[in-house]
Amino acid sequence: MKGRIISPGKVEGKAIVSTEPIGFYGGIDIETGIVIEKGHPLEGKSVKDKILVFPYGKGSTVGSYVIYGIKKNNVAPAGIVNKETETIVATGVILAGIPCVDQIDIEKIKDGDNVYLDADKGIIKIQSV
Amino acid sequence: MHLTKEEEKILNGEKGEVMERLFRLLVRLGDIYGADKMIPVGSVQVAGVSYKSIGDPGTEFLEDIASKGAKVKVLTYLNPAGMDLENWEKLGFPKDFAKNQLRIMKAFKNMGIVVTSTCTPYLAGNLPRFREHIAWSESSAVSFSNSVIGARTNREGGPSALAAAICGVTPNYGLHLWEKRQPTVKIKVDVDLNFNSDFGALGYYVGKQVKNKIPYFTGIKDANTDQLKALGAAMAASGAVALYHIKDLTPEADLVKKDNLETLSVGKNEIKETYDKLNTGKNPDIVIFGCPHASLREISAIAERLEGKRLKKPVWVCTSRMIKEAAERMGYNEIIARAGGSIVADTCMVVSPIEEMGYKTTGVNSGKAANYLPGFCKQEVCFANIDDLLEGQL
Repeated sequence: MKGRIISPGKVEGKAIVSTEPIGFYGGIDIETGIVIEKGHPLEGKSVKDKILVFPYGKGSTVGSYVIYGIKKNNVAPAGIVNKETETIVATGVILAGIPCVDQIDIEKIKDGDNVYLDADKGIIKIQSV
Repeated sequence: MHLTKEEEKILNGEKGEVMERLFRLLVRLGDIYGADKMIPVGSVQVAGVSYKSIGDPGTEFLEDIASKGAKVKVLTYLNPAGMDLENWEKLGFPKDFAKNQLRIMKAFKNMGIVVTSTCTPYLAGNLPRFREHIAWSESSAVSFSNSVIGARTNREGGPSALAAAICGVTPNYGLHLWEKRQPTVKIKVDVDLNFNSDFGALGYYVGKQVKNKIPYFTGIKDANTDQLKALGAAMAASGAVALYHIKDLTPEADLVKKDNLETLSVGKNEIKETYDKLNTGKNPDIVIFGCPHASLREISAIAERLEGKRLKKPVWVCTSRMIKEAAERMGYNEIIARAGGSIVADTCMVVSPIEEMGYKTTGVNSGKAANYLPGFCKQEVCFANIDDLLEGQL
């Protein structure tokens, strides 16, 4: 699938998929990379080294710093794939250097799929397990 | 995106390393979102101020920029810090936390940023005009300035707002453009809203439903700016609503196109369900008002209810330093203090380390606070109106 380049880089990893939007501030722990938002479909799961797939960001605009922080703390996802990346997530991934593409039909990606993300070209390839 | 010769020079590093790095971030965002050019901003408001929110990585990022001599070009205010910047010791904020928080404030001050920490800059001396382009980041303040004032800003991330402050411009896309300010969903409100918490509940419910759409409300008969602030804050927290219109109340409501929109109805049941959902605990250890920061009108209402009373458990009222000063002159702070409550300036319950201060259950009248406290402060929440909350603490 081909999407829009948000932040460049090439990575490969296992998909962790959220059908709900993610608010990084108050939603993901900056020290551990674990989702802490109560009732979120990914609550209790770690995003570390995964290809994090979600429709779009929500909530506080401090989210950009949380994305930057989880990268510095080595608990960030390897890459991010969105339906629509809004400014908060875009600023965070650009600053942190996390590869990211959007305008992807994310319904086609399942939890645990192997995802190859080439954000230099805006391409993703999925290998179902 | 079209860049002027001056802007090309910034990208080539002729204005220094920091300008180049931050301007590059703005250009990248502009390219992604299809901006045609950069536009000057009238003011900036920067989020990402509390040490609790940005941690060591964010602190080092800010200190690095400040140490290289970067200065802001326009009036720039800050979001709440993680503690009362003057009264932190007495209120029980941890010492090592305070040390790091003060490092952050110093870095901002060195950049020429007004170290007034508030989520309601529009009540504290940073007031944009109708149709002014600004770059603000606090999500409730973005909602208020776009919707209630009719200024124009995207929801900036903390770093992109800082970049706009230092470069004096922002990419021209999204809510800076009139065609992107049109409503995308209609909300029919069929319930009387009395307390500010009712507006918070409505906002929480609608934000969850519409996510990042632009709502056009009908059926809200009247609302003051405190109630609109509560409504917008909750919608921005439970969803990502950066702009809303209300028939007969907000400045762009008459001007936008509102035909053929999908309609969502909100009545008594939806509001009650929301109150039930947000109440995860009972018998709060502490009640905290002022999310977003309390206005003078809200502080006066609390003082009126606490006059001559004695609180059994703590009550905090969070506000900006400016409003605290005005409340001081009116004697409100003294009334609240005599009852055993505290006026807390510069910070708020969401960004302060209340879970480390021994509190487990917090009472709030804010839909935004009720949204964030369980995840970010590990709190059980009592969500209720001001009367019920204060009654419970007496």
